[in-house]
Amino acid sequence: MGSNVGKTVFVAFALCLVCSVLVSSTAVSLKDKQALNAAMDMKKNVLSAAGMLDKDTDVNATFAKFETVIVDLQTGELVSDVDAQTYDQRAAAKSPEMSVKIPANEDIAGLSTRAKYGKVFVYKNEAGEPETYIFHITSKGLWSTMYGFMALGSDLSTVKGFGYYAQGETPGLGGEVDNPNWKSQWVGKHVYDQDHNVALKLAKGSVSASDPVAGYRVDGLSGATITSNGVSVSMKYWFGDHGYGKFIDKVKGAGVTL
Amino acid sequence: MKIKELVFEPIFKNNPIALQILGICSALAVTVQLKNVLVMCAAVTLVVAFANMSVSLIRNHIPGSIRIIVQMTIIASLVIVAEQFLKAYLFDQWKTMAVYVGLIITNCIVMGRTEAYALKNNPISSFFDGIGNGLGYSAILIVVGFFRELLGSGKLFGYSVLELTKDGGWYQANGLMLLPPSAFFLIGMIIWALRTKDPSQVEPKS
Repeated sequence: MGSNVGKTVFVAFALCLVCSVLVSSTAVSLKDKQALNAAMDMKKNVLSAAGMLDKDTDVNATFAKFETVIVDLQTGELVSDVDAQTYDQRAAAKSPEMSVKIPANEDIAGLSTRAKYGKVFVYKNEAGEPETYIFHITSKGLWSTMYGFMALGSDLSTVKGFGYYAQGETPGLGGEVDNPNWKSQWVGKHVYDQDHNVALKLAKGSVSASDPVAGYRVDGLSGATITSNGVSVSMKYWFGDHGYGKFIDKVKGAGVTL
Repeated sequence: MKIKELVFEPIFKNNPIALQILGICSALAVTVQLKNVLVMCAAVTLVVAFANMSVSLIRNHIPGSIRIIVQMTIIASLVIVAEQFLKAYLFDQWKTMAVYVGLIITNCIVMGRTEAYALKNNPISSFFDGIGNGLGYSAILIVVGFFRELLGSGKLFGYSVLELTKDGGWYQANGLMLLPPSAFFLIGMIIWALRTKDPSQVEPKS
């Protein structure tokens, strides 16, 4: 009996040792490649939201034209003590030190916490003037939290592109947020109305061109009311005062120069 | 048993999904697109083959009292390795299937083969038994994936085959095919077809 127990312990120990060496050596040796993939993927998401991603786009070269700034969402000021290259807004929203709790009455997007700092990508033209701003936005849909990017033009209101890079909505219904035809409707719409309120949202059904608010409406997704609401509230939240609103005000009022 | 039999037997005659009804969960989850199906099939086939071989190599040293956990440890390690490779070399596929690749650990086919075959047979036969069962699993998944992608989104491997009405074509996509339950219907029909052709697969009435 004694030798049996000894053998059992020995086999278990040896097996664990072999398996852990196998797993950790694979993980360590592939780590760099995986990190590279993840970074490349993020760049592609940003470019695709800005409408700059084609089949033969040189992703690294195009992305290098973007400047990345970190914004304190509370004040709208730029933050310099955070490494803009490695800062991950999606991960920060979940970390206790890097996030703030959203008060229940403000939490229209159903997020409960948001990152203290926002990461904004700025594309400058040859004269050095900002031409496109790209904002990271999130909100709850029906099943999932949807993560996407919104690209705004130099007036910080005209939409240049919009798209989600991660969502788990119903395929064929809410999942149509990934439909290129639907996404193309966003281009040219305006986030803010004349009174500087967030006006952009999804309509119920389709938008007729004669509608006076057509410039602030995108077709709702049929059969996906809750997903559509999720998209609408993400505009209201992220471009309102609790989101990027203060930063946008400062840039417009030249309180912040990029 | 000849290697040829070991590899081909599980594809039609003794299919792990169609006859033993194992591994159904992942057959529902990953079959929306054929591209994902192929990645999943390759991962499962390699994991079963190597798990079978590893278990068989140490089969005479595995104490009966910790038999199951030893097999689980080997399977789990192989699955993690497979997932790491996907993350490094097929990142786009990994993004959509990460969860399901991890769940290969709980795929009954893997555990079923190590327990039923590898513990009693030599490493080489066990390896090919794993390949065979992996291919049997793949055969069903590819058929299911083919119909789900074709009827659900009018595409095969991401290329448009049937022009969808929403893009101005003639084919009205079948939304059910995009949802996991449709795989139940398809697998049911495959099982029906296989058992009609080969009545020896039908269980005796109790």
